[in-house]
Amino acid sequence: MNALFRGASYGAVIITAILSTIAIGIWFERKFAGRMQSRLGPTIVGPVGLFQPLADVVKLLQKEDIVPRDADRSLFDLAPILATLFALGAAAVVPFSATAVTADLDIGVLWILAIGALMVIPTFMAGWASNNKFALLGGMRAVAQAVSYAVPLVLAVMVPVILSGTMQVSGIVQWQQQHHWVALWPVIPGLPAFVLFFLAMLAESNRIPFDIPEAESELVAGITTEYTGAKFTLFYMAEYVHTLVGSAVGASLFLGGWDGPFAPGLHWMVLKTLLLFAAVYWVRWSLLRFRSDQLMDLCWKWLTPIGVFLVLAAATWVQLMPGGR
Amino acid sequence: MSEDASEEKVELQSARRGRVDPHLSIKHYDPEADMMLLHFGPQHPSTHGVFRMDLHLDGEVVIKATPYLGFLHRAVEKLCEKLTYVQQTPIVDKNDYVAPMTNEQALNMAFEKIMNVEVPRRAKWLRVLLAELQRIASHLVALGTFTLDLGGALGGGSTLFLHCFREREMVLDLFEELTGARFHYNTHTIGGNRHDLPPGFDKKVRAVLDEIELRIPDYARMSVDNAIFRARTEGVGILDGELALELGITGPNLRGSGVDHDLRRDAPYAAYDELVPKVIVERGGDCWARTKVRFDEVAESIRLCRLALDGMPEGPINGYKAVRQPTQAKVAGGQVYVGIETPRGELGTFLIGGGDTPTAPYRLKIRSPSLHALSAIPYILPGFTVSDAVAILGSLDPIMGEVDR
Repeated sequence: MNALFRGASYGAVIITAILSTIAIGIWFERKFAGRMQSRLGPTIVGPVGLFQPLADVVKLLQKEDIVPRDADRSLFDLAPILATLFALGAAAVVPFSATAVTADLDIGVLWILAIGALMVIPTFMAGWASNNKFALLGGMRAVAQAVSYAVPLVLAVMVPVILSGTMQVSGIVQWQQQHHWVALWPVIPGLPAFVLFFLAMLAESNRIPFDIPEAESELVAGITTEYTGAKFTLFYMAEYVHTLVGSAVGASLFLGGWDGPFAPGLHWMVLKTLLLFAAVYWVRWSLLRFRSDQLMDLCWKWLTPIGVFLVLAAATWVQLMPGGR
Repeated sequence: MSEDASEEKVELQSARRGRVDPHLSIKHYDPEADMMLLHFGPQHPSTHGVFRMDLHLDGEVVIKATPYLGFLHRAVEKLCEKLTYVQQTPIVDKNDYVAPMTNEQALNMAFEKIMNVEVPRRAKWLRVLLAELQRIASHLVALGTFTLDLGGALGGGSTLFLHCFREREMVLDLFEELTGARFHYNTHTIGGNRHDLPPGFDKKVRAVLDEIELRIPDYARMSVDNAIFRARTEGVGILDGELALELGITGPNLRGSGVDHDLRRDAPYAAYDELVPKVIVERGGDCWARTKVRFDEVAESIRLCRLALDGMPEGPINGYKAVRQPTQAKVAGGQVYVGIETPRGELGTFLIGGGDTPTAPYRLKIRSPSLHALSAIPYILPGFTVSDAVAILGSLDPIMGEVDR
């Protein structure tokens, strides 16, 4: 009972923290994009435009909630809720410090992967239920992409699991504390696995250069074409949550989680997460978009074989080096 | 064109590409099978204004594409038949709204030809300077909107787009200083130009040219030399030179298909007999080749602008006796055709004078290069995906104001 209560209260704190980080994150992204594009970004609402995300959300919530006449009503309504839910779900097993974790599952990594794989369901629900051809094309692309990129994602995540010998996320972080951060692991399995994870994460959270399910210049707005108001806000938020939680997972599995000198663990974890989060937007505002078949080429011809090789390399390392673990 | 001819052409095209897939050809396509009809536009973010295509899709592959035009029809040609000769210049500014300067030049050159007005040498050089500055601005917009199509309004595409617009803004500032307007310049008139270069303008133009030249390598890294950009554009939307000539495609789209044709060199007008441009040709015929031609033409235009500034002769800028009333400019009869090389290709003006009113043309027909560029769509789109359709449309650089007029 005590553990349940503690987990629930951590969960509430972490969800609140994530949602408020998203608000700052959106502001940061817009400022960042503005600087990259030689403009100012938001400046009007609040000091240096800090309240812009708030104003955006209020604006979006005021919008009329339109449901297309021939839409599949129940699926149409459920999809944005599920999207937010699944995006937040993976955060449950991510330890933000040695103690601050909602549920420190033994199979935490499996939970993350399972929840990540579930994300494709609300996306396709939205694409199908909208009764819109652009949304349908977007949904179709999303399924193909998410199913394919789950493979390199799993392979990349297998590397820290094999090296540390546990699927518990806090266990992996503790192992990194005692040895090395996985991303700094000598030569082969570590750093490439981290890069692989980062690419697969970009694809899973539909970010440029892998944002073909939305592809607003091709598919108008992809799966969110028919969504307005609060439901659109949920989708919009789910995307950011997905990216942020993905960054947190990457920070724990590859960058040593809360491990770091001088400052408390929580600070290090937040810093690493935000750095990864910023890197996602750096990539987003500098690159163009791949075509869907090129995306598949990249996944199956490059990332997956590399992933298999990395898993084999990690396994060999653990076998050959007694105490290499 | 007849339906059959179009089908054969599509087959021919896919055969030329070496991808003869009976599934992709309309003739062999089973109409009972699942095919999705996607109304692409007129309200779509990537149709460059209001353009509509009906795409017949198998999965994401385009089987057949039918373009529909006319959403931006404003009856400019009819309007020109109603207005007097001196009133028409600002009307045609709006045709090709990315390069207004060359529109009014084409129109006024037709008037000069039918009225037998001699243009002074300084005005000719001034026209070259303005046309080349406009070409730089227009090609920057073309490059920016093309990357916007490839990379999205919320991503890397918009980064290059805004950078291109920043440089275009500098050219517009120059035009504003010269003519007082950012869009409706109304600086070309019958017999020459209205606005002479203000003192110190020379230096400002040179500063802008230097700055744009400095940034060209950055743009190259983000577009024509970029790995993702090349992956998206190479081998996509191949338009071979033969077909391009058949369809009357001109400008960078034609030169991208390996045809060495440029009116500035082949049929010199204004001062292009003295300032001979280097014609840039790419052999590929794909989206990348078309973009590369535009990209290199920016550098060439910078060179021409510098030459025009260096050798700008002194003298009057208008050789036509000013009229006190618009109705005093009259044409008794006759017909002329004048074609000039705008950033999009051959912009022609066909003019029949006389008729009921000598103060207005009997008929004025504008041959717009963008219309001919769009006529390639049914031939080059089939066999590519929806993503490629956006890229191909963007690489043809159509301006809908000019297509529909």
